[in-house]
Amino acid sequence: MSAPNLKIENLHVEIDGTEIIKGFNLEINGGEIHAIMGPNGTGKSTLASAIMGHPKYEITKGSVHLDGKDVLEMEVDERAQAGLFLAMQYPSEISGVTNADFMRSAINAKREEGNEISLMKFIRKMEEKMETLEMDQAFSQRYLNEGFSGGEKKRNEILQLLMMEPKIAVLDEIDSGLDIDALKVVSTGINDLRGPEFGGLIITHYQRLLNYITPDKVHVMMQGRIVKSGDAELAKRLETEGYEWIKEELGIEDERVGQQQQA
Amino acid sequence: MSVETNVSIDANALEEYSKKRNEPEWLLNKRLNAAKQIDQLELPKPDKTNISKWDFSTFEYDAGEVPAIQNLNELHEDVQKLVDTSSEEQNLLVFQDGQPIYSQVSAKLEEQGVIFTDLATAVSEHSDLVKKYFMGAAFEDIEHKLTALHLAFLNGGTFVYIPKNTEVEAPLQTVNWQKDPKLGLVNHVIVVAEANSKATFLENYASFEKEEKAVSNVLTEVYVGDGAHLSFGAVDNFEEGMLTYVNRRGHVAKDGKLEWALGQMNEGSTVSENMTYLVGDGSYADTKTVSIGRNQQTQNFTTDIVHYGKHSEGYILKHGVMKDRATSIFNGITKIEKNATKSHGEQTERVLMLSEKARGDANPILLIDEDDVTAGHAASVGQIDPMQMFYMMSRGIPRVEAERLIIHGFLEPVVGELPIQAVKDQLSALIERKVL
Ligand SMILES: Nc1ncnc2c1ncn2[C@@H]1O[C@H](COP(=O)(O)OP(=O)(O)OP(=O)(O)O)[C@@H](O)[C@H]1O
Ligand SMILES: [Mg+2]
Repeated sequence: MSAPNLKIENLHVEIDGTEIIKGFNLEINGGEIHAIMGPNGTGKSTLASAIMGHPKYEITKGSVHLDGKDVLEMEVDERAQAGLFLAMQYPSEISGVTNADFMRSAINAKREEGNEISLMKFIRKMEEKMETLEMDQAFSQRYLNEGFSGGEKKRNEILQLLMMEPKIAVLDEIDSGLDIDALKVVSTGINDLRGPEFGGLIITHYQRLLNYITPDKVHVMMQGRIVKSGDAELAKRLETEGYEWIKEELGIEDERVGQQQQA
Repeated sequence: MSVETNVSIDANALEEYSKKRNEPEWLLNKRLNAAKQIDQLELPKPDKTNISKWDFSTFEYDAGEVPAIQNLNELHEDVQKLVDTSSEEQNLLVFQDGQPIYSQVSAKLEEQGVIFTDLATAVSEHSDLVKKYFMGAAFEDIEHKLTALHLAFLNGGTFVYIPKNTEVEAPLQTVNWQKDPKLGLVNHVIVVAEANSKATFLENYASFEKEEKAVSNVLTEVYVGDGAHLSFGAVDNFEEGMLTYVNRRGHVAKDGKLEWALGQMNEGSTVSENMTYLVGDGSYADTKTVSIGRNQQTQNFTTDIVHYGKHSEGYILKHGVMKDRATSIFNGITKIEKNATKSHGEQTERVLMLSEKARGDANPILLIDEDDVTAGHAASVGQIDPMQMFYMMSRGIPRVEAERLIIHGFLEPVVGELPIQAVKDQLSALIERKVL
């Protein structure tokens, strides 16, 4: 297996006729972890959902390629099967479907018919990953996300990440709602995945997560695009100083996507 | 001979039919009395479904001789599949066109004094006992044209009697196979669980004729005595040609418990009523139903629980999945009468629409005449949430499989909680076939 490559070029995304993402560019290679930070409402989740193929978001311009393959041509499930993963900011609850059944279906969807993962193997893998994440085994038989606390949902997203072993994962605010101990545990899980065959895009508001998962690159998003990039130090500066200095530097008055770009 | 509305009913023919079946006079009188009223009476008016043009009256009622079978493997393959083989001890009655063709009753059951037989046999062997319950407290009178038609042309049925303090472990099962579409199935089921007894009754209805029109008219009376516990399971699975009226009623005495598990899987137009009277103090009823509507089918499902007893508890849980151009109405009525103090009633109706062209309606109704009670209801009609689909597909699960999981999950809270394993298994398989 070669190192994966995700390439997003000049992406423009609209929702209900309003442009939210306005010329977004980013390239992520295997072995790299990128972080995206940025004030509320600047288009971070929109970007993540659009890459995964959320039906409400319309891509009006630009391209997304995974290992040279046109992602935007693919159905949502095909994107996942190609190796993309999105840990969602607000995961859905699905009543009546157990966590275990769901994950087994997901794993088997990736495999050829007749080559499904054996039940024993699946159970062992799930138990092992749940242990890594210090999750109570009872969660495997609970209905998917139903009645899970905020932090439990996040942990469950990471459990899916570990089970699916994607090439490129986008993690949208995986740290929000996690207590300090959980943050460490989840970070350990993600760090275990790090390697030349895995690339990650971490969307977060807090430097704290980046203390555990050191990013190779940090990008700041405003008005639906990246306005500044740097290394892990950039995140530290944002933590202490906020976003004002960037806005001043770039002459941005209102960072939200609805606003016209000033510069 | 066919029976048609506005055609005068031939009393002589009915008398002959009754005689042929060795019926006691009281039953013949019920037939004749009902027959006189058919033309005057109107069809019932199920809430929100207009059935005025549905023809429940054109059918033949005399099946003649239907030969018995010696072995279950002589049965139509699809009928064989309905037989619950989950318990070692088997108590089974098989009917073809309303006539008993196979009976297997364990020695233990006979020792216990349990009666489990077809209605005609019960009427001739235990006339007084049957008379006591036939159109008893659960059905006070001829209520409308369909009850009148039912009583006049009754041609099938089952009688179950569990003596007091008797516990029957293995389920008592009937398989009702309607083969000849010309024949109406006019079936009357009576289940009596005397004080402190415990039993499980399971009935299957099936037909395989899609095209030719047929009629079924089924009344069921269930009497649960003081402290008795009865689980009543049914899987209705008539093919498209069958027009169905089915009314299942329960009457529960002090501290009695009645659990209904109904799989409403008919393919044809159906009016299904299910009513439980919680008469005794501390009585309890739980109704769980799973329904599927598909093709052009129109169905109306009404579930009532009426509380008279103090501290009575009633629970209704109905889930339905609608496909194609099907129309289904789900009515739930919790009625708490004056003086039924400390009672508790709860109901939930949920409908999942899989097609833009399907129509579904859930109507929860609470009618409460007593202050000192608690009650609640919930209802929803909706399509599959696109966010749920996105979520599942984002994990690589293809659309069809994601839908399958969501539908399965939607029905699971009912199917998974059904008190009778055989009903659970049969329904899972049927659901798989019909909607997934
Ligand atoms: N369905 C929608 N309809 C209308 N506007 C929407 C919709 N979804 C998102 N938006 C708008 O798009 C903008 C970007 O939203 P997005 O969720 O991408 O922000 P974000 O950067 O992830 O914010 P946060 O940090 O708060 O999570 C917001 O102004 C939001 O209100
Ligand atoms: Mg967001």
